[in-house]
Amino acid sequence: MNVRTLEKLNKQFGSSVLESSEFRGELTVVVPADKIVEVCRFLKEDPDLRFDLLADLFGLDMYTPVKRFGVVYNLYSLKNHHRIRIKTFVEENHPHVQTVTGVWSTANWHERETFDMFGIIFDGHPDLRRIYMPDEFEHHPLRKDFPLMGIPGSLYLPKK
Amino acid sequence: MEERSPGMGLEKALGDSLMLTKLEDAINWCRKNSLFPMPMGISCCAIEMMAFAGPRFDSSRFGSEVFRFSPRQADVMIVAGTTTYKMARVVRKIYDQMPDPKWVIAMGACTSSGGMYRTYSVVQGIDQFLPVDLYVAGCPPRPDNLLHALMTLQQKIQRRESKGSTLGLVGEFPHHKPKSPIVA
Amino acid sequence: METATHDIPRKTRILQALEDQNTSVSFVDPLENDVILNMGPQHPATHGVLRLLVRLDGETVTGCVPEVGYLHRGYEKLAENCTYHEFIPHTDRLDYLSPLANNVAYVLAVEKLLGIEAPPRAQYLRTIIAELARISSHLMMMGSIGMDVGALTVWMWTFREREKLYDIFELLVGARFTTSYTRIGGLAHDMTPEAEKMIRAFIDEFPANLEESEKLINKNRIFIERTDGVGVISREEAIDLGVTGPCLRACGVNQDLRRTNPYLVYDRLDFDVAVFDGGDSLARYYVRLQEMKESQKIVIQLLDKIPKGEIHALKPKKVLPRKERVYTRMEELIHDFMIVNFGVDPPVGEIYHAVEASKGELGFYFYSNGDGHPWRMKIRSPSFVNIQALPAMLRNVMISDVVAIIGSLDPVMGEADK
Repeated sequence: MNVRTLEKLNKQFGSSVLESSEFRGELTVVVPADKIVEVCRFLKEDPDLRFDLLADLFGLDMYTPVKRFGVVYNLYSLKNHHRIRIKTFVEENHPHVQTVTGVWSTANWHERETFDMFGIIFDGHPDLRRIYMPDEFEHHPLRKDFPLMGIPGSLYLPKK
Repeated sequence: MEERSPGMGLEKALGDSLMLTKLEDAINWCRKNSLFPMPMGISCCAIEMMAFAGPRFDSSRFGSEVFRFSPRQADVMIVAGTTTYKMARVVRKIYDQMPDPKWVIAMGACTSSGGMYRTYSVVQGIDQFLPVDLYVAGCPPRPDNLLHALMTLQQKIQRRESKGSTLGLVGEFPHHKPKSPIVA
Repeated sequence: METATHDIPRKTRILQALEDQNTSVSFVDPLENDVILNMGPQHPATHGVLRLLVRLDGETVTGCVPEVGYLHRGYEKLAENCTYHEFIPHTDRLDYLSPLANNVAYVLAVEKLLGIEAPPRAQYLRTIIAELARISSHLMMMGSIGMDVGALTVWMWTFREREKLYDIFELLVGARFTTSYTRIGGLAHDMTPEAEKMIRAFIDEFPANLEESEKLINKNRIFIERTDGVGVISREEAIDLGVTGPCLRACGVNQDLRRTNPYLVYDRLDFDVAVFDGGDSLARYYVRLQEMKESQKIVIQLLDKIPKGEIHALKPKKVLPRKERVYTRMEELIHDFMIVNFGVDPPVGEIYHAVEASKGELGFYFYSNGDGHPWRMKIRSPSFVNIQALPAMLRNVMISDVVAIIGSLDPVMGEADK
């Protein structure tokens, strides 16, 4: 099943499939950030593959000077009971990715969470606000340079 | 009633139908035996608090007959669960809405000191923004532990102690200082 | 009349989002205004700290924006600073109504990363506790949906059943509630014959007790009218919104990870997947009721088939060695020291493993760079995604139905907010 999926992706997108790997039976495919909506739409609508459930969407901070942030999409097919992982990487100074809320509506809150935790901006998102931290919070907690204990004074506490 | 009444012989004369005590003690006895908790159930400790109100560890036999979710009708606020900075404002607002006299029980490790979460979004102990009367240890504390806390709080009330409020007698405004009588 | 010229406070962004939302109902209203109601984080009926901003036209809901994050404890950042073993107690507090199921899910994901497998007895025991945790969580749901529509007795009786389960957990694991029973490569300790007897006794009388509570509400006209046809979500919408678990199975989709991607010993067991049509609150309630009965069947089969054997895998650098060997042998001592202080020794790579928890698909994603601490851990929590489906379910319902719908959705905020 992994082989078939990879073949179809290669046939359709050719050079856009930057790399692919398999570990413990799971297939991971890396695509460039500008092709992500097309790849997702193809995977969802192809009659043979039909990856119609977006299980998860989140960010990844590699902490490298080039291509620091990654966005990972975990897809699941209800018809074939099969999973695939799509990854795309963005730069630190321009963390913009196209939104996939047009393909799966569930991506709405997942992308908001990724924006809140990493600061990756999803172009075309209907309502990009913070979801976990309060609106006035200025930092992005899951980045590797944010300390675990937080920055004192960044969150409001009522007086005793 | 626990303190000895002055031996005036009146009790011996009239028997069991009369009790002599101070007004303060009587009122505190009423307060302690009818504590209506306001359950600020936030996370896992809330489940143990529900078990504390449930059929096995019955809290209503100690006087906490109903859990009043409206702060205006409650005496004691049991904060059960991890308080984050986002939630702290809400907890403080609700505490301010409770009428005097009021007490706070900090249930569990997360409210006493932040618990096992030393992270950016958890307040390390609710005593940073609320005056707390009682800390209950455990993660989560067993319902028996919470019952013991309730009984300890009842003893505190009888001793006229409250961290966050001034206990006045019924009919006396707590902040009102009576004027001294004019002595001509 | 004089109007005061004070500053009108700037609208918060969430309020703006509510007002921007498309409303599907248009009324010809002589008063021409609608009320925005804040069902705040502290509310008797929202399960946990969920905030709902609801836009009302009279009593009809025209739009709703849920707000989560009041219990965000920073689990994912915490996991980057803990070793794989140290995180096991934290997984208890995710879905705090069925803590054992979370333990099992986490440990299965780590074992997939490490490429090891627990011995058969441990796998059977893990399946038993996962099903008991499912029963415990669904009993709570039954109680709280009863309480939400007004039937308080159901809550009291299901809590009595849950106390029996807590007694079992206390005997089996040592703690009533936050158990941390599983370990990487096996379990913390074995099941004693006493515990087995107690589980058997509970499971044998469970159908009768369940029927007692069921009889109160299943045919009750008030309950049925309050939940039938209320909070409907269509099949395509549910899949599009990523809903999983009993809420998806109540829309007619036959999707259960125990059947489609089996893990532990589910492929050797005989059980049915509960699927109902309709997509409304009553269907969601029936799915969970049926699942409890199926779990009871599963536990009976497991108790008869459980093999004897040990409960710890013997993989030196990845599994904590047994204590008696640690105290007497040199190698085990060194391994124990290394695993406790520096973590197990995983390969470089990333995996995702999901199990069917009581609320839906609970998945753990690990990106490991060879270190004892995960580089990135992501929890795919079912309640987070199920709450996202709430605005779709709350179209054109009355304000008092909101409470029943949230009860039938059964979110747990510890999981949704991570």
